[in-house]
Amino acid sequence: MKKMKKLLSLLVVTTMVASMLTGCGNSKEATTWKIGGIGPATGDYAQYGLGVKNAIQIAVDEINEDGGINGVQIEYRFEDDETNNEKSVNAYNTLKDWGMNILIGSVTSGCSIAVSGKTSQDHMFQLTPSASSVDAIKNDNVFQVCFTDPNQGTGAAAYIGDNNMATKVAVIYDSSDVYSSGIYEKFALEAANQPYEIVATEAFTKDSKTDFTVQLKKAQEAGADLVFLPIYYTEAALILSQAKTMGYAPTFFGCDGMDGILTGVEGFDTSLAEGVILLTPFAADATDERTQAFVKKYEERYGETPNQFAADAYDAVYIVKAAIEESGATPADGVSGICDKLVKKMPELKYDGITGEGMTWSATGEVNKNAKAMVIKNGAYSLIQN
Amino acid sequence: MKFISFLIDGINLGSVYAVIALGYTMVYGIAKMLNFAHGDVIMVGGFASFFATSAMGVNPLVSVLIAMVVCTILGIVIEELAYRPLRNAASSLAVLITAIGVSYFLQNTALLIFGSAPKQFNSVVNIPMLMLFDGRIKISGETMVTVISCIIIMVCLTLFIHKTKSGQAMLAVSEDKGAAKLMGINVNFTIGLTFAIGSGLAAIAGVLLCSTYPTLSPYTGSMPGIKAFVAAVFGGIGSIPGAFIGGLLLGIIEILSKAYISSQLSDAIVFGVLILVLMIKPTGILGKKLQEKV
Repeated sequence: MKKMKKLLSLLVVTTMVASMLTGCGNSKEATTWKIGGIGPATGDYAQYGLGVKNAIQIAVDEINEDGGINGVQIEYRFEDDETNNEKSVNAYNTLKDWGMNILIGSVTSGCSIAVSGKTSQDHMFQLTPSASSVDAIKNDNVFQVCFTDPNQGTGAAAYIGDNNMATKVAVIYDSSDVYSSGIYEKFALEAANQPYEIVATEAFTKDSKTDFTVQLKKAQEAGADLVFLPIYYTEAALILSQAKTMGYAPTFFGCDGMDGILTGVEGFDTSLAEGVILLTPFAADATDERTQAFVKKYEERYGETPNQFAADAYDAVYIVKAAIEESGATPADGVSGICDKLVKKMPELKYDGITGEGMTWSATGEVNKNAKAMVIKNGAYSLIQN
Repeated sequence: MKFISFLIDGINLGSVYAVIALGYTMVYGIAKMLNFAHGDVIMVGGFASFFATSAMGVNPLVSVLIAMVVCTILGIVIEELAYRPLRNAASSLAVLITAIGVSYFLQNTALLIFGSAPKQFNSVVNIPMLMLFDGRIKISGETMVTVISCIIIMVCLTLFIHKTKSGQAMLAVSEDKGAAKLMGINVNFTIGLTFAIGSGLAAIAGVLLCSTYPTLSPYTGSMPGIKAFVAAVFGGIGSIPGAFIGGLLLGIIEILSKAYISSQLSDAIVFGVLILVLMIKPTGILGKKLQEKV
């Protein structure tokens, strides 16, 4: 017991000393941009978080090599949130203690909503690379790089109709997830104006996401020739394999959450995903110079092809850079001052990135750009040319 | 015909719950503690089998044995390090909280070792699908194997507990630890044995779970573990046939309510039925009413 007490007091003293040291760090004049990132580096959706983490690192290194933003270097730190709302807020607090000026994150919608409550209180500029929920950008200080869910839902519904891909459509979505149900609602609204009909709408929740046989059977019985899956790839992988076991082979159509299905599940039989179509703003096999340079650099450093989330994050850093350069903000403005300047600049900004040409923002934080449709062919994503 | 096909899906899901619930109920029945780490031992079993087949290239059936050995050792170690020191703790809550801690410990250790990306699990069952009525009804090999394993495990456990000396010792320990000790029973050994068997069962459950729903991640065991716990309570916790019946019923209710009522409300309906059953029969379907001794 005595030993324990000694140990404990030692621990307390160490923490106190450590906190004093960090205190010193904060009081110094800020001479660098401190950009923080939050996302799932572990957990079910780690594929997204790691993509974002790595891509920000690449962009930051590029900018620093080029002399920084207006001559000021960037420091970058990424915290893991495991796609857990509380952990995301904790990650934010850790980054704030570190002295962050600008936040790029969180990666998923739920976490971004949780964190945006805090950033709005602190008046910190937040740019989320991939949270697509409308609620994520409800606060004035938050902007998006990816599409909002309504845009994805409407876009997907229109795309299916415009290309006459189906006459009967089934939807399987995650009703416990704000991303998935958000897309579904808009999809259903737009589908009413389209030449096809929705014959089955089936849901699942995060507590029962292993068995999809019932949902698939109901879609099959209703005669659906296209199944719309506004969900993430982990569940989509199971759906594809269970559909195959059943002998049901409709066209599967996904959104950006489907991105990662080829590599996200280790050992996944990619032949299952053959013919899956997804709407996403980024194609790794696009032929423009910037995309190719980014993909090459990412593959060299991390040994895999970047997904759409990585591309969004890469753009996010350059969007922040462009906004800072045009608004003339400096780290000395303080968190709130930087936020004021950037929020004012964003609606005037026009940015060409690898996830879309001529991206513009509304004052509410919503981005405006075009989606690309991709089909999985021979185990790789390839762009559908219209 | 449609109904039968949904019923089979229900039995498929239910048999997975049942095989997990057997381990839960076994440990609860003897050691009188809820081993919340059971779901995560299942996950470890899944990973052991996964690596045995994919990295070492052993036969799938041998990999099940390897998984059982790994989980049995793990179960004994957990019991020794985490639960035994707390056996005489004043509050039984202490062990419960420790079990939750062990559960997180296993999950996070698995995260560190195996990473978070889900892995595709190749089924260890190599039996072709059974087609009935011109293929309108399909029963997968996994379903048949899971149901049969459940029944075998159930029968073996019942025989073991009632017919062997160690089994009798377990019954005695579950009734009264103090008196059992006075009668010359090694209580620590008996409870350790219970955990060893429970964890060995968890390995089988893990392999069957991953064969039926072929993805594997550090979180694979947690939700099925909770559902199986519910199944065990449903059937009467501590009762071995109860776990089997509870598991099957839970799976069938879940699938049928998905199919005929609402795919979104299925969990609410499952738990609603659980509340109803517990209101009418607080000890669960096959649970025995034990008089609390003063």
